Amino acid sequence: MTTYRLPLGSPLQLLLLACSFALAGYAGVRLLADDWFGVALWFVGAAVAHDLVLLPLYAAADRALVRAADTAGPRAGAAAASPPVRRARVMYVRVPAALSGLLLLVWFPLISGRVADRYASATGMSASGFLGRWLLITALLFGGSALLLVLRARRATKDRPPAVH
Amino acid sequence: MERSPSSPAFWRSPLRGPWFTSLLGVVLLAGITVLFATGLLSYAAYNPDLSPVNDKTPDKGVLGFYLFPWPTDPPWLYRLTQGVHVTLGIALVPVLLAKLWSVVPRLFQLPPARSVAHALERLSLLLLVGGVLFEFVTGVLNIQLDYVFPGSFYPLHFYGAWVFFAAFAVHVVLRAPTAVRNLRRMRTGDEEGAPPPVSAEEPSLVSPNPAEPTVSRRGAVWLVGGGSLLLLGTTVGQNFDGPARRTALLAPHGGAEPGSGPNGFQINKTAAARGISAAETSEEAWRLVVTGPAGTVRLSRAELAQLPLHSAALPIACVEGWSTSDQWWRGVRLRDLAALVGHAPETAPDVLVESLQRHGAFRRAALRANQVRDPRSLLALDVNGERLSPDHGYPARIIVPAAPGVLNTKWVARMTFGEL
Repeated sequence: MTTYRLPLGSPLQLLLLACSFALAGYAGVRLLADDWFGVALWFVGAAVAHDLVLLPLYAAADRALVRAADTAGPRAGAAAASPPVRRARVMYVRVPAALSGLLLLVWFPLISGRVADRYASATGMSASGFLGRWLLITALLFGGSALLLVLRARRATKDRPPAVH
Repeated sequence: MERSPSSPAFWRSPLRGPWFTSLLGVVLLAGITVLFATGLLSYAAYNPDLSPVNDKTPDKGVLGFYLFPWPTDPPWLYRLTQGVHVTLGIALVPVLLAKLWSVVPRLFQLPPARSVAHALERLSLLLLVGGVLFEFVTGVLNIQLDYVFPGSFYPLHFYGAWVFFAAFAVHVVLRAPTAVRNLRRMRTGDEEGAPPPVSAEEPSLVSPNPAEPTVSRRGAVWLVGGGSLLLLGTTVGQNFDGPARRTALLAPHGGAEPGSGPNGFQINKTAAARGISAAETSEEAWRLVVTGPAGTVRLSRAELAQLPLHSAALPIACVEGWSTSDQWWRGVRLRDLAALVGHAPETAPDVLVESLQRHGAFRRAALRANQVRDPRSLLALDVNGERLSPDHGYPARIIVPAAPGVLNTKWVARMTFGEL
């Protein structure tokens, strides 16, 4: 009868990893000293929330955007764009959406107003401006992208050789 | 099998590959090294080994091996190190997200382990990814005063950093040579050639069934870099007074100043937030109690103002990564106060400073002898030519060059020289 054995792998790698775990353990028992469950939950939860929630969410949103661009028909009266051109236009939505989403992700506590009272009491300033400023930046990002799209589309039309009819 | 994330064919982005991961990895290697170093400096800046009142991590053990007396020169030292720590950390968020995106297929890789060493490395990756996210999340929440994390920020962020660093160091040793090799290959123009897998145990990140590209590699790098620049540009201004602060559109201490006039600059905790009432700071009620070997001296504000007054131009720099430009402080030198209670000014010892405030983590703080002896270290009565406002510490506050803001105690009630 044979039993399956996991091979050991590189001895140097094992030594380095053992050293790393020992140091992580030394700091880890201190990290977990007060509220071990809460801290472990945050530590592991941060990785799980990112890998299994945040990343699939934004990947799905991006995929939906690309699919929408692929299936979008030309508006009445507008010239039909070829599939590669339609795909290239994805970036005009993706970039402002990603940048605006990034700002919201980082500054969510201030933008959402969930710390507004504590913020005002501590700093002597009002937290009411953050939402408005984020919305304005978002408007600027999408508006700027739209403007760029229009300008580039017009230039492309001009550069195209006349009459293919 | 293609419907399962454990199949390489499930991951279809043509962007994924050694070149993208290596580039982001090298940027993070440099950036996180700076974050770790400035973080350790900030920890030292609190002088946690000086007194229990400064020490939020009494069980640190050997993790405090490098502690040293925090200097008072240059006076903008903490402003620089902590400004870099927080601003760079924020600017690295998109790089971190992109790096994690680029390697996410590895999370689902089967079989889970091909050797004991490989199994341990994957376990170490949980500490690496969990650790880096834990550090970024606690840091980003703390600067926005959103204290939802399970415990006090100081021990969580400090011990968490060491857990992360343990995994980070071994990850760098095992992977950095490959990353550098990949980048070299890119530079020599061979970037399109399929590079060999990282090791026999790790399949390549390149999709075997790539979808039609919707963005060029260059475009993806620009998007990540653009995200970093946007965050940097809307944050860095919170380290300067005047028009620059208004460019920090979303940072906690960006935008307009809280007030106008000499006391109009940024406030960390207002008098109202700390429960300081006008009654207890009035000329009749308030007395500064100074204690030393020669006994105890009680001084009213008017009596303090009769002592030799000196000026110093010093910034306020907060652990939260914002700071002010230099303010003109005027008050009594700390070493002169030491002399009042029996110490020679040149050999003035450490001092324990206590505030009127009844709660808050640093209502009592210790300053080291080198800080007390510096001629720019003041018990300030005025700022920018006017009496201190209640929010800036009236009747009197500490200001010490290069010290973290929280050690510049406001509403000082008692100073004990020599015994901490």
